[in-house]
Amino acid sequence: MATTPQTTPNQDRLLFVLFAAAVLTAPLWASVIGAGYPDLLQKFAIFGILAIGFNILFGLTGYLSFGHAAFLGIGSYAAVWSFKLFTVNALPAVFFGMVFAGLFALVIGYISLRRTGIYFSILTLAFAQMSYNLAYSVLTPITNGETGLTMNQDDPRFIDNLFFAPEGNALPSTNLFGIEMTGFSGFYFCAVVLIIAFYIAMRISRSPFGMMLRAIKSNQNRMNYTGFNTRPYALTAFVISGVYAGLAGSLMAVTDPLAGAERMQWTASGEVVLMTILGGAGTLLGPVLGAGIIKYFENIFSAYNAQVLERIFDFLPDGIDHAAASVAGLFVGEGWHLTLGLVFMLIVIFLPGGVMEGFTRLRAKFSKPTVESSSSGSTTSPAKDSA
Amino acid sequence: MDALLLQLLNGLDKGGAYALIALGLTLIFGTLGVVNFAHGALFMLGAFCAVTLQKLLTISQRVKDESITFFDAYKEIPYLEIWYGETGTMIIDHAVPLSILFAIPIMLLIGLIMERGLIKHFYKRTHAEQILVTFGLAIVFQEIIKAQFGANPIPTPAPEAFAGSADIGLWLGLGEAVVYPWWRLIYLLFSAIVIGGVFAFLQFTTFGMVVRAGMADRETVGLLGIHVERRFTIVFGIAAVVAGLAGVMYTPILPPDYHIGMDFLVLSFVVVVVGGMGSLPGAVAAGFLLGILQSFASMNEVKEIFPGIDQIIIYLVAVIILLVRPRGLLGRKGVMEG
Amino acid sequence: MTLFKQGVSRRGLMRGGIALSAGLAAPQFFVRGAGAATYLNEPTGSTVTFGFNVPQTGAYADEGADELRAYQLAVKHLNGEGDGGMLNTFTSKALEGKGVLGKKVAFVTGDTQTKSDAARASAKRMIEKDGVVMVTGGSSSGVAIAVQSLCQEAGITFMAGLTHSNDTTGKDRRRNGFRHFFNAYMSGAALAPVLKANYGTDRKAYHLTADYTWGWTQEESIANSTEAIGWETVNKVRTPLGAGDFSQYITPVLNSGADVLILNHYGKDMVNSLTQAVQFGLRDKQVNGKDMVVVVPLYSRLMAQGAGANVKGIFGSTNWHWSLTDAGSQAFVKSFGAEYGFPPSQAAHTCYVQALLYADAAQRAGTFAPCELGKALEGFEFDGMGNGPTLYRAEDHQCFKKVLVVKGKENPSSQFDLLEVVEEVPREQVTYDPNIPQFAGELGPCNNGA
Repeated sequence: MATTPQTTPNQDRLLFVLFAAAVLTAPLWASVIGAGYPDLLQKFAIFGILAIGFNILFGLTGYLSFGHAAFLGIGSYAAVWSFKLFTVNALPAVFFGMVFAGLFALVIGYISLRRTGIYFSILTLAFAQMSYNLAYSVLTPITNGETGLTMNQDDPRFIDNLFFAPEGNALPSTNLFGIEMTGFSGFYFCAVVLIIAFYIAMRISRSPFGMMLRAIKSNQNRMNYTGFNTRPYALTAFVISGVYAGLAGSLMAVTDPLAGAERMQWTASGEVVLMTILGGAGTLLGPVLGAGIIKYFENIFSAYNAQVLERIFDFLPDGIDHAAASVAGLFVGEGWHLTLGLVFMLIVIFLPGGVMEGFTRLRAKFSKPTVESSSSGSTTSPAKDSA
Repeated sequence: MDALLLQLLNGLDKGGAYALIALGLTLIFGTLGVVNFAHGALFMLGAFCAVTLQKLLTISQRVKDESITFFDAYKEIPYLEIWYGETGTMIIDHAVPLSILFAIPIMLLIGLIMERGLIKHFYKRTHAEQILVTFGLAIVFQEIIKAQFGANPIPTPAPEAFAGSADIGLWLGLGEAVVYPWWRLIYLLFSAIVIGGVFAFLQFTTFGMVVRAGMADRETVGLLGIHVERRFTIVFGIAAVVAGLAGVMYTPILPPDYHIGMDFLVLSFVVVVVGGMGSLPGAVAAGFLLGILQSFASMNEVKEIFPGIDQIIIYLVAVIILLVRPRGLLGRKGVMEG
Repeated sequence: MTLFKQGVSRRGLMRGGIALSAGLAAPQFFVRGAGAATYLNEPTGSTVTFGFNVPQTGAYADEGADELRAYQLAVKHLNGEGDGGMLNTFTSKALEGKGVLGKKVAFVTGDTQTKSDAARASAKRMIEKDGVVMVTGGSSSGVAIAVQSLCQEAGITFMAGLTHSNDTTGKDRRRNGFRHFFNAYMSGAALAPVLKANYGTDRKAYHLTADYTWGWTQEESIANSTEAIGWETVNKVRTPLGAGDFSQYITPVLNSGADVLILNHYGKDMVNSLTQAVQFGLRDKQVNGKDMVVVVPLYSRLMAQGAGANVKGIFGSTNWHWSLTDAGSQAFVKSFGAEYGFPPSQAAHTCYVQALLYADAAQRAGTFAPCELGKALEGFEFDGMGNGPTLYRAEDHQCFKKVLVVKGKENPSSQFDLLEVVEEVPREQVTYDPNIPQFAGELGPCNNGA
């Protein structure tokens, strides 16, 4: 997973084109697995961005932030406030989401990066939990607490009201110069942003700056002994990663103008960590895949109820079909968390490099059946994050 | 003054629970180098040992309730009461203290199986992977409990004898106003005994000496030809028992549900880090310190000055301590640092 | 940052651009045949799909499971299976157990996780993928309000499940959303006279309140109505959600001079704070020459189960209780009990009723279109659903009906028999003007989504 980039520019180009093609055609192939509806596709793209950004920090530098969801929440709040105060256009919302998340990341990162290893994780966790607790209660005037921040009819919307007469009393919907940000057009907006975000992450990863970040991961002490100050680099990575999260948060608000505090809870931060590791930390594609898998579980697996299961197992003989349905029922519907837990365990136990390692192994098996040590060896050891 | 004393007791009580969980976490981390995200789940499993025993003791004869006509309702009379009358009722009443005996072998077994079956293979993996796999395990534990017992809290009252409050005000000459529930005092005493027991075990037995040596320098101890691994397995078992007992005893204070472990998990990690990774006295001290601070921050007088301080005090303290004294209160320099 | 500059090449950007424009051409054929339908998700086949959005994981999973049971029972009855339940006692006879508008009722389920984001994602799945005409469910006010506004924007009907906050049909009311469950204001209005009769007019109340919007609205409503009967509010203290151990909030109550503790908590918080308050001996204490008492304004039988013996003798309010003996309640309890072997909770009741009311309104309106269907519900008077004569008020889409004041039973005969109904407070007493300050809001226009 954290192997030095030995891919050629040509391979990168191919990867990028394939990625862009896969993302843009998602409505086609995702409907085969029952995920081809706008909301889930939007979530795939948005959490893909979040995970890509998280990977720039964790995958490259090895700093495990446990408070990344805070930036997601801040991005959402900033975006909704932009809708309320200025305009329902998506661009300013995205801009403010990124700027505010970046500023918070700068402050939190500056403080947290004074420590490394698990101390860093706990610091970020503490900041995120404080944000969550305050947003839920004391800061309700800004965040609207439990109910979540939403748009209202009587919001000022200065810029909109300057140019357009307020029409009727229906709530205006978020748009990009007239294109509504709901449904498939909303997905395509997110998809384009995802592709750009992927491209930038790819360039960062291949750049000398990316090399520097990897060097931090493999041995920060040695870097420091050579008289090299790694902090500015780590901080830059932290801020970039925070901006990515803010971007994802603002997109969540763009496609669905509501910002809630629970987006900042530690479990939400944990989810990003899980996505990244599940897919393959340090790889480009892995985090996006991990995000997709978790969101798919959450939305599709949870919807299988007894009725659906009975229908699925209808082909089995009587008696057996009921048994099969009730066994399967433990793992889907209200039991989907159980499946999620088992999948984490299995992946970490057998594929420590995440889903991407699975692909690498498969490829190695088919192309060169004799060599198989390279992938597993490189994934397990490099630099405990205690480094 | 009375109010301060009561809050001090509240804090010590809370601190006792934090300290017990943090103690186990630190034992596991210090000896095995594993970050165990399933530790909260072990606390939860302990609590459900008490629930299970209570359910076992109240296995009942179902008698049709004729007063309810529109569906089949049953009155449930526990067999223990039918067979032994008053004695049976008393046994049921003492389900929670009895569960201590019940929980020790079960938790030890769970701990040993967990270490041999899973954790063992993760000694050399990264902390991120350890976190992920134990987190997955915690979810699996939770979901099994939820499938069996549902998601609602289950009442597990303390025995009748300890239900009331102790007049500690009278003992200390502070007047009648100061009272404190018996069970919470017992919990405090219990955590003190368990903590003392663990320390004595490590301090005064050969086994404990080897473990401490292993915590300090695993390689050298290994070179001396001592089987560190086997002892560490037992250490994991002990940590599981400590967490489980903390759970059992906490059930009368907090009716357990399947999620109770997760609620404690994050806090106990903060406690461990504030105390200093790998430092057992640190974990205990930090547990009590954070418990007390949390109690005092919740006082109305304090909240009037800093609104919402009770929501964030623990994290705030953690941030300050980590910035001022990065190794934690009593930690050794350089553990888990860059 | 010169490091980045060389990274982004012009060619790279162009490549992206080409891929983009190629992709953007793709989507149009995916949009569902718009234009033909007069409202969103108009059912074209022989079935109509309802969306049941309930918490299946998290703290309210048991309530969610009970809600789902009730919905499945409602679907059975609507389709003419089983004994028909409340369809037999319902005063409107539009439904005949042959489905709705000639269509068989089907349903999809989803997990709200008691989180606004997850609930909205789940509701969107139902709307966008499964083509539901209506979403119903919810076990907390934050979720209900979030899903209600989503349904308003999307253009389908929302039938709220268990949500007790004033805001659901107050300042966050929406034209497409309807609530059968009662609210915090009604709890206050119903409880006050009973509290007065039992505890007198000279009392000092101390509030412990869950620190989020639902808690605040309930605290406000209860404080207002208890102050109206002469009680003094000594203090209002906010507690963090999910505090677990409430001891540090309870000890100050002991010496505050208050003789009533009001717990504005729900769910796990209620179970914990009540258990611990009793443990601290609050109920054995004498203050100002009176016995100290605890009040839990919103009761739920499922939660009372969690608090065990601690609920004995404690007053509170509920929307409905299975021990009611009117024909509607009995019919429902009977068919629910026959199906699942235990009595339904109030959450199950409100969800069952909401499903039936929706189907009935569709039948009477002759369409599932939210605007027309909404008109059939607005101002609708009915009976036979377990709460006596009930009005779906047009101004705020709130049901007005009896509210039950209940008390924890001293000698429960089974694990379900925890609460006894003290008084059925008549509808007039809990009715309020829709535009009083705590409630003022705008329904806005209705939305058919097409």
